[in-house]
Amino acid sequence: MSTPPRPRPIGLVAATVALLRKDLLIEWRTRARLNAIIFFALATLLMFSFALGPDTKLLEKNAGGYYWLAILFASVLSLGESFRVEAENACLDGVRLAPADARAIFLSKALGNTLLLTALGALIFPVMVALFGVRIATSAGDWALILLLGCLALSAPGTVYAAISSNARARDVLLPLLLFPLVIPALLSAAKATTLVLQGDPMNQLSSWLGLLGGFNLIYWGVGFLLFPRIIED
Amino acid sequence: MNKFVKFGLPLLALGLLGAGWWLGLAWAPPDREMGDVQRIMYVHVPLQWMAMVMMLVNFIAAVTYLLKSQASWALDSTAEAAAEVGLLLGTAGMITGAIWGRPTWGVYWSWDPRLTSEAIMLVTYAGYLVLRRFVEDPDKRATWSAVVAIIGAINLPIVWFSVRWWRSLHQVQSSPKTVDPQMVIPLRVAAFGMLALTLFFLIIRYRQALAERRAEVALPDALPGDPSSPLAHNPSKVA
Repeated sequence: MSTPPRPRPIGLVAATVALLRKDLLIEWRTRARLNAIIFFALATLLMFSFALGPDTKLLEKNAGGYYWLAILFASVLSLGESFRVEAENACLDGVRLAPADARAIFLSKALGNTLLLTALGALIFPVMVALFGVRIATSAGDWALILLLGCLALSAPGTVYAAISSNARARDVLLPLLLFPLVIPALLSAAKATTLVLQGDPMNQLSSWLGLLGGFNLIYWGVGFLLFPRIIED
Repeated sequence: MNKFVKFGLPLLALGLLGAGWWLGLAWAPPDREMGDVQRIMYVHVPLQWMAMVMMLVNFIAAVTYLLKSQASWALDSTAEAAAEVGLLLGTAGMITGAIWGRPTWGVYWSWDPRLTSEAIMLVTYAGYLVLRRFVEDPDKRATWSAVVAIIGAINLPIVWFSVRWWRSLHQVQSSPKTVDPQMVIPLRVAAFGMLALTLFFLIIRYRQALAERRAEVALPDALPGDPSSPLAHNPSKVA
C-alpha cells in the first residue's frame, strides 16, 4: 500500500489571499467590527468638537489631526479584535498547522486591517466635512492616497503588536502603549498631508510628507514581514 | 573579577566623575555665550551618550537572541538590564536638559525634533519594559520583547541624527576640533566615569535578571497566574 502524498505547501500569495478571504468573510457575515469602529470614530470626532468648544475656525484648522486621531483610536479596537477572532477555539493553532508560510498570516491580517481602516476613513470623511466645515482644496486623489498610505502605516506595526499583546496579560493597555509612540511619525505625516489637502498646498510640501509615509511603510512592512514568524511560533 | 565589579567599578566611576565634574565646574572656562549655565553639559551629555549606548546594547542583544536557535537567557537578561539602565540614564539626561533649557531657551520643553524623538524613544522603551512585566512565559517574553526592541530601535538613528537633519533649536553635535581643549578634557573624563557607572549598573542588574530567569525556568509550575501552567486549571494540585 502506498502512502498518501503529502499535501503540497501553498505559496505565500495563495495563502495570504485565502486567509484574507476568510477574515473578510467573517467580517462580512457579522459586520461587528466595522460597525463598532465606525461609531467609535464618529464619537471621537464629536468629542473633539465638544472638548474644544464650537470654534469652527479652530476645528477647521486642525481637522486633519482630529481625523487621523479618530482613525488611530479606532485602529486599536480593530487591531485587537483581529487576533481575538483567532484566539477563540485556538484557531491560530489551526492556521499555523496548515502547510503555509507563517508570514502569510502577517500579510493577511495587516492587509485586512488596512482595508477596514481605509473603509472607515472613507466613511467618516463626509461626517468630518459636515462637522468641521472643511472641503478638499487640492484633489480627491491626493486624499485617497494619503488615506491608503496612512492606514497601511498603522496596520503593519499594529498587526505585529496586536499579535503580541493578544496573548499577554492586560492586552488592552499594552497595544496602545506599544503602538502609539511608534506610529507618531506616520500620524504626524498623515495629519500634515491631510491638512495640506484640505487647506491647499501653495509651497508644494505634500510630496515630502508622502515620502515620509512611504518610507515608514517600507521599514515597518519589511520588519513585520521578517519578524512575524518568530512571534507566533511556540 | 567579582571584587572589581563590586568595588572597583563604582570607585572608578566615582573617582572619574568627581574629577571630570570638578574640572568642568572649576577648571574649564565658562562658555562665551551661555556662561556658567553651559557647565551642565558635563553631566547632561555623558548621560545621553550612555543612554544611547545602552539602547544599542539592548538592540544588539535582541538581534542576537532572535538569531540563536536555542533560547539564551544571558542575552535576554542583557537586553532587559540594558533597557532599564538606558531608560534611567535617558530620563536623567532629559531632566538635566530641561534644567539647562529653561535659562538658555526660556522654556523647559520645546517641541524640537531632538527632544520629541528622544521623548518617543523613552516612551518606547517604557512600553518594552511594561511588556516584559505582562508576559509570564519566559520563552515568549524573551522572543516578543526582542521583536519589540528591534522595532523600537528604528527610532535610535532618528534621535541621533535629528539635530543634523532638522537643524532646529537643539545644537548639532560638536567635534573636539571646534571646542576648547579645556572643555573637551572634563567632558571626556566625565564620560568615562559615566561609562564605568553605567557598566556597574548594567552588570548588577544583569545578574539579578539572569538569576530571576533561571529561577523561572527551573520552576515553571510554581509561578502563579500563568494561564498555560497546569496549576492554573487545577487548583487542587496546589492544596
